[in-house]
Amino acid sequence: MTAAMSMGMPTTRPQTTPGRFDAPNPAHTPMVQLIDETGGRIADPDFSLQLKPVQAVGLLRDMARIRRFDTEATALQRKGQLSLWAPLLGQEAIQVGVRAALGPADHVFPSHREHGLALLMGLPVERILAIFKGAEMGDWDAERLRFHHYNMVIGAHTLHGVGYAMGQARDAAADPLADTGVSVIFHGDGAISEGDVNEAYVFAAAYQAPAVFICVNNQWAISEPVELQSRVPLYQRAWGFGIPSVRVDGNDVVAMQSVTDWALNRARAGQGPTFIEAYTYRMGAHTTSDDPTKYRESSQAEAWRRKDPLHRTQSWLRASGVWDDAQQARLDQDAEAFGAEVRAAVDRVQAPRLDEVFDRVYARPTADLAAQRAQALDEASR
Amino acid sequence: MSAGNQPTTSTTLTLAKALNAGLRAALAGDEKVLLYGEDIGSLGGVFRVTDRLQAEFGTDRVMDSPLAESGLIGTAIGMAMRGYRPVVELQFDGFVFPGFDQITQQLAKLRFRSHGRVALPVVVRFPYGGGIGSVENHSESVEAYFTHTPGLTVVSPATPNDAYWMIQQAIATPDPVIFLEPKRRYHEKGQLDLTAPARELHEAAVVRRGEDLTLIAWGPMVRTCLDAANAAEQEGRSIEVLDLRSLQPLDMPTILESVGRTSRAIVVHEAARNYGPGAEVAARLSEELFYVMESPVLRVTGYDTPYPPSAVERDWLPNLDRVLAAVDRSMAY
Repeated sequence: MTAAMSMGMPTTRPQTTPGRFDAPNPAHTPMVQLIDETGGRIADPDFSLQLKPVQAVGLLRDMARIRRFDTEATALQRKGQLSLWAPLLGQEAIQVGVRAALGPADHVFPSHREHGLALLMGLPVERILAIFKGAEMGDWDAERLRFHHYNMVIGAHTLHGVGYAMGQARDAAADPLADTGVSVIFHGDGAISEGDVNEAYVFAAAYQAPAVFICVNNQWAISEPVELQSRVPLYQRAWGFGIPSVRVDGNDVVAMQSVTDWALNRARAGQGPTFIEAYTYRMGAHTTSDDPTKYRESSQAEAWRRKDPLHRTQSWLRASGVWDDAQQARLDQDAEAFGAEVRAAVDRVQAPRLDEVFDRVYARPTADLAAQRAQALDEASR
Repeated sequence: MSAGNQPTTSTTLTLAKALNAGLRAALAGDEKVLLYGEDIGSLGGVFRVTDRLQAEFGTDRVMDSPLAESGLIGTAIGMAMRGYRPVVELQFDGFVFPGFDQITQQLAKLRFRSHGRVALPVVVRFPYGGGIGSVENHSESVEAYFTHTPGLTVVSPATPNDAYWMIQQAIATPDPVIFLEPKRRYHEKGQLDLTAPARELHEAAVVRRGEDLTLIAWGPMVRTCLDAANAAEQEGRSIEVLDLRSLQPLDMPTILESVGRTSRAIVVHEAARNYGPGAEVAARLSEELFYVMESPVLRVTGYDTPYPPSAVERDWLPNLDRVLAAVDRSMAY
């Protein structure tokens, strides 16, 4: 069966012109992988290993730290101290690998599961927890941190990231010597069906914006498998928009770092947007309100557990002679200490005062809002 | 007309050309201002509001965009985050809906969500309303969707002079502005005072003084109300006309001052009646002037149907006769 036939193209029509009905071949999905599941080094003709093992030790530490954050936050939700949590378990290598590639002027537009990346970019723990405690919607200085706000309308932020990149390109044109940065835009496999995300690709391509899309394909959008979103591998869709794309093993931190670095350099060189499909698996539930046992086999997660991003990095570093039991023990101790920090942080989250909500609607509150603010204070005090 | 040969005190222009002059002044005054939309470049927009601006300011300042309203507004938000002041043109009122989430949940809320750290000085301007014999989805009055969305401001000029100044004031606003252009008035001429704006962006204006009743309107219906007031004068009635200019926020002091004097009010708008802007004005008058009113606040509006085929729009829309009939009803109390 040809690729065209498998795509549902007419089979009775004689194919006299070679290639006319050829579609991308969904069975041919070469994936960039530099470290395999057992920690073995894989030579790749296109992407060299940019980090020496000793340099990758920091990435392992970062992954351990954000995994601990995630475990702790999940536990805090179970104890009723958070109203919701969206676990990142299994996706540590994507967030750490992308972070390792970022330059000093690059900006991140997250979806809603990039908690680890947020921490690594300097966001205090309690600012993330506050969102999931119902205390705020993202009270941080996104411009200074270069880490923008979470967005609960799936995919809506991708357009903001592209627009921001268009602004970066304008700034670069005005000051060619300055590093004006690149916008790195995260979205998931479910988001790829959203109109806004497709429009983001259109605008990024039309204006050749310095943008990198990180499509975190964790196979599941709540209960819907990725096959419901797309009949072709996700990275192949980007080509229809004229955006070069590649699939990367999202559980391989050094592959994520290398490919993101390449994409960022393309953007910096004025070569426009790149699409990276980070191929991974959502090891946990969509959120703590979700129940994956209702829609997927646990054997799937079992198979993916063998591809664990931390485990393979440890194996590689051990084999390279830069990691040993003593270091692992210290890392475990550090994680314990960090867990205690997270538990302490959740208590620092304070609910906003009701009257504050009237002050942030407009630059100057309207007369109506000023009156309603006074009324709200009065009524709440009775 | 370019900045170089612009008369220094006053001139007479159509509303569309006054907008063009206002946009030119904004582009010349701040290099962060960008015009962004479909067909606004070499064509100058389907109503020619951006006529020749791309030739004057370049393709970087006056940008044609792909045909995607959500994409247009969403990327304008991103550019504003980076410090630019995008002025988005949507081609018609009915095309605002593909961009609805980006306007109502993104553009309107980012200041709130970020505790004021993200300011979005974005103007979304588009022609609205009927009366020009258009095909479907080209005659909508969509004010209420946006006045009902906290975080947005909503304004509509009724005259060339207001068009010229209000578009510049909207662009200078630190918050998002929905700028509604009365498309059936694009080609009506008026005097521009180029020395200074007559009033603030969110001030209402008494455009005709009267004693018996206040007609409250904005955008395309201001002219209709003035015509009705002039006709009523033949019958010995003294009608005041109030041009709201700003629907969010409402200039309540000016509204209350006017209706407080006349004790009767009729709100006139093209949008359908149910839950329309007139309901809010009527409710506010009822709350504030309950003991002053001589008659209930009436509404003359489009009917509660989808916008009709344009062959019957003349009788579907508020017109001189419908407004005068409402005046009679109000005065009969």
